[in-house]
Amino acid sequence: MMKATVALVIDDEVQIRRLLRVALEAAGYVVHEAGTGQQGLVEIAMRRPDVVLLDLGLPDLAGLAVLGRLREWSEVPVLILSVRDDESDKVAALDAGADDYVTKPFGTAELLARLRVAQRRARPAEENAVFARRGFVVDLVARRVTRDGQEIKLTATEYALLRLFVRHAGRVITHRQILREVWGPKSEEHRQYLRVYVTHLRQKIEHHPTAPELIKTEPGIGYRFASAEEDAKANSK
Amino acid sequence: MSHDHDDDALRPNPDALLARMQRETAVARRGRLKVFIGMCPGVGKTYAMLQAAQARQRGGEEVLVGIVETHGRTETEALLAGLAIAPRAQFEYKGATLNELDLDAILLWHPPVVIVDELAHTNAPGSRHPKRYQDVRELLDAGIDVFTTVNVQHLESRADTVYQITGVPVRETVPDSVLDLADEIVLVDLTPAQLRARLAEGKVYLGGARAAAAAENFFKESNLTALREMALRYVAEHVDRDLRDLMRSEAIAGPWKTGDRLLVAISASPFSEKLIRYTRRLAATMEGSWIAAFIDTGQALDEPAQARLARHLTLARQLGAEVVSVPGTDVGETLLALARQHNVTQIVLGKPLGSRWRHWLTARASPVDWLIRHSGEIDIHMIRPEGEARGPRASLHFGSSRTGPREYVAATVVAGVVTGVCLLLSPFTGYWTIALIYLLAVVLASTRLGRGAMFYLAALSALLWDFLFIPPLYTFYIREVPDFVMLGTYFVVALVTGQFTTRLRERERAERWRQERATALYRLTRALAAGRSLDESLATAAELLKNSFGAEVAFWLRDTAGIAPHRASTFALDAKDESVAAWAFQKKQPAGRFTDTLPDAAALHLPLVAGQHAAGVLSLRLTGGALNLEQRELLDAFAAQLAVFLEKERAVEATRAAQLAAQSERLQKTLFDSVSHELKTPLTALAAALEQAEPDRSELQQAVRRLTRTVDHLLDVTRLESGLLRPAREWIDPGELAREAIGLARLDARAVTIHAPPQMAPVFVDAGLIEQALVVLLSNAENYAPIELSIRNENGAILFQVEDRGPGLAAGEEQKVFEKFYRGASQRTGGLGLGLAIAKGLVEAHGGTITAANRADGRGARFSIRLPLGAPMQLPADISSEPAA
Repeated sequence: MMKATVALVIDDEVQIRRLLRVALEAAGYVVHEAGTGQQGLVEIAMRRPDVVLLDLGLPDLAGLAVLGRLREWSEVPVLILSVRDDESDKVAALDAGADDYVTKPFGTAELLARLRVAQRRARPAEENAVFARRGFVVDLVARRVTRDGQEIKLTATEYALLRLFVRHAGRVITHRQILREVWGPKSEEHRQYLRVYVTHLRQKIEHHPTAPELIKTEPGIGYRFASAEEDAKANSK
Repeated sequence: MSHDHDDDALRPNPDALLARMQRETAVARRGRLKVFIGMCPGVGKTYAMLQAAQARQRGGEEVLVGIVETHGRTETEALLAGLAIAPRAQFEYKGATLNELDLDAILLWHPPVVIVDELAHTNAPGSRHPKRYQDVRELLDAGIDVFTTVNVQHLESRADTVYQITGVPVRETVPDSVLDLADEIVLVDLTPAQLRARLAEGKVYLGGARAAAAAENFFKESNLTALREMALRYVAEHVDRDLRDLMRSEAIAGPWKTGDRLLVAISASPFSEKLIRYTRRLAATMEGSWIAAFIDTGQALDEPAQARLARHLTLARQLGAEVVSVPGTDVGETLLALARQHNVTQIVLGKPLGSRWRHWLTARASPVDWLIRHSGEIDIHMIRPEGEARGPRASLHFGSSRTGPREYVAATVVAGVVTGVCLLLSPFTGYWTIALIYLLAVVLASTRLGRGAMFYLAALSALLWDFLFIPPLYTFYIREVPDFVMLGTYFVVALVTGQFTTRLRERERAERWRQERATALYRLTRALAAGRSLDESLATAAELLKNSFGAEVAFWLRDTAGIAPHRASTFALDAKDESVAAWAFQKKQPAGRFTDTLPDAAALHLPLVAGQHAAGVLSLRLTGGALNLEQRELLDAFAAQLAVFLEKERAVEATRAAQLAAQSERLQKTLFDSVSHELKTPLTALAAALEQAEPDRSELQQAVRRLTRTVDHLLDVTRLESGLLRPAREWIDPGELAREAIGLARLDARAVTIHAPPQMAPVFVDAGLIEQALVVLLSNAENYAPIELSIRNENGAILFQVEDRGPGLAAGEEQKVFEKFYRGASQRTGGLGLGLAIAKGLVEAHGGTITAANRADGRGARFSIRLPLGAPMQLPADISSEPAA
């Protein structure tokens, strides 16, 4: 039997902590709680959790600051808990090394899915040379993209984008991360065109480019490539 | 009728009651003034005062000795024992050190009672007030009781009588109005014989040996008797007044005259002073009010005359008169009009001096004669001038027109030149023509010269003509009768013509001055009204004041803590003037240069008083000398105008603030009401659903969605209003925008039909914000399916149109629906009424517009978002299209 996964919840709201404990324990997690940023850092050092759920609005230390300190000595996956109106904070947290986010109010299923994806990142051995999904195949070694056996011609930029999405399937990728990965450090001028490239890419790889199933938009944050689970769900329908 | 009348007389007169109430409330705030009055020095006023002070101290109240001169008398000094003694302010003056009352120290100490000896004392130069009675006033204003002493000869209204009796001029006087403030007047009486005995014993301090010699004359028994009577009468009058006051307010029937109002005509003549004092006494005896009027006939006054007139006006004011200055060419008519206007019952006039030739010359009755004939029911008092020698008599006549020595020189020169010309002409014209040439010269000169010089020129030219031209030559003798008649006629014609021209000129001058004054005031009013802001108005006013008075100007406006200088000021005041300005503001009295209060300040400070409040202070640093009467009057008018303007500004500001407050209150209430409704409704639904054993999931979901939307809208509107919204633009396909919006609105993709051309150029917008705006429109249309969303390019803009099949908009709602918290008549229940306001803000942040209308066929509403299209997108060339691998 696998060792139970340890999760640490850092949130100042008792109600949220209680709710998360119930949901996570039901899914087989061992849950620890911290009410402040300081206490959270201590708990991480002592308990060595497998995943951290971090609220951005803490009373003593900004969630972002907790993340910054944490990342100095730990690579533990971090899931941000946030409210809707602080997209810029979410983006900043993601850029500062958070793995993903959920927005309050959130559903339990969504939360657990995100947690699993975040944990996977911590085990990179799973990365494959070939990515296949619903007849859509990306051969990362041969740099070949096919859909239903038919080869799709992509530009260098489109391929770079697609490779990035595929390697981070199921996880959100911020605009800045995309820009940095695809265009390098001097990428600012491309920022305004990012959506256009994504639109072009969608037109080439999606069955219904106007109703994309592979590349989902996360409004105000970035994009998320459909995860295997989502895909499975879509298939089962 | 007579019954009614009696009733009236018995009923307490409301005016009198009111007056008494006002005086009593004023007294409640003020300190009480107790005056020890005596007929002359040496009667023991200070002694009596100190005895009273000791009694007061024994009564448990602390008595502070502000200043007392014991003149080394031991029994007086003994009375100081046990009383606190205030420090004295010391002033260096001409090598001597002068000890004065330290007003600030006493105000700081703030004892219940303070003793201030010698009310009539003149302070050392550099003190806050030139006179000690002004210090006393300030102490009373501060709520401190004051004990003081005064001799009857120092009373303003008695000063000239004392001078008449004793022959000793009185230099230090106290306005009667100060004594009127007294709550108690104590007469310290001594018989003349007793006083003379004290004098002989050396118990009276006379101020040095030389003064003692002069005093010898003063302390004659006859003088003392007269002074004593005066003192007794003064106190009796005072007591009488208090009594009558009481009787009237308590409706005790008694013989008194009511409603007497006196009018005294004053001028620059030194005689006016006596008229003023006389009228004040008369008014006091009659218990009537009085008006001192200066009729400005437009005659120019020389500087001493102006100073005298200003002094008279001040004196009248000090003695409690209402002072008016009225322009009018005819003194009699103007006076009478004024008298009728103010319901005057008696007019006091000075008896005119000298012959009547002038009135005969000007073919009019003298103002006095005219008044007596036309006054009707108004009594006229004629006062004989006396002591006239103290001022220049001429000023009553020619002197009042500006005739300096220079004018006489000019007249002589004119006479000389004309005589020279005439000497050249006479061989050709004969000597009668010469008279006409002289006459011409006189008429021409009269347009420039004053009355005195005119008279001189007319006489001189007549003599010259006689001496040089009328045969026999070089004598004043005249042989022929026609020549004699001619000379006489010439003189009279020259004089009359000259007088007329001069008078005309004076009138013209007065008219011009009035016009200038009116123009200046008009310009000020216009400048104040035209300014778009207070700053601008005051800057223009400063400019105008600078030009009109040749002065640097500073404005002080009332603020919460007192007064603060305004930006429009053209100079900065030093700390001293600042405190003077503060004083002027607090006391609502002019202060600083050319005034009685702190005259050694650099600037003149005028309080800007409108109604009850001082709105600020106007400070002028005059570069020239003192202002003349006309300028001062204009300045006062300016100050009044400014004060009214400032008060008005304040009122407007207050109204605006009140309106704003009311508006925001209304908004707050709406916000509160709708937010509480929108939060509580879904909460109630949630609570109710959870009560059930098997909660209806869709019910729960709907409630949660509604709550989420409410909170989102509130957050959006807060962000929009905080001004933090800055669109982060990027290029995006309009179709993608629309689809994402439909997804965000959680609408079934099949519920919305999208009409869009297959290929559209990307638009440069903040996708998140525009999607949010579209979500609002789509959510609003949610219940009125089918929804149609069309996208197209139109006139250089991209147009998003959301159409539904709902009830549409009521007439006139097209604009209102975008207002915050507006809830349409046809709108489904629920909602904050914020959505469309948010959408509007988001679209406008992009420079776009949002409009609402009904659909063309009238069934359903149509909302349109128009966003301007900039330059089309150009992808960076680098890696846009090379093939992969």
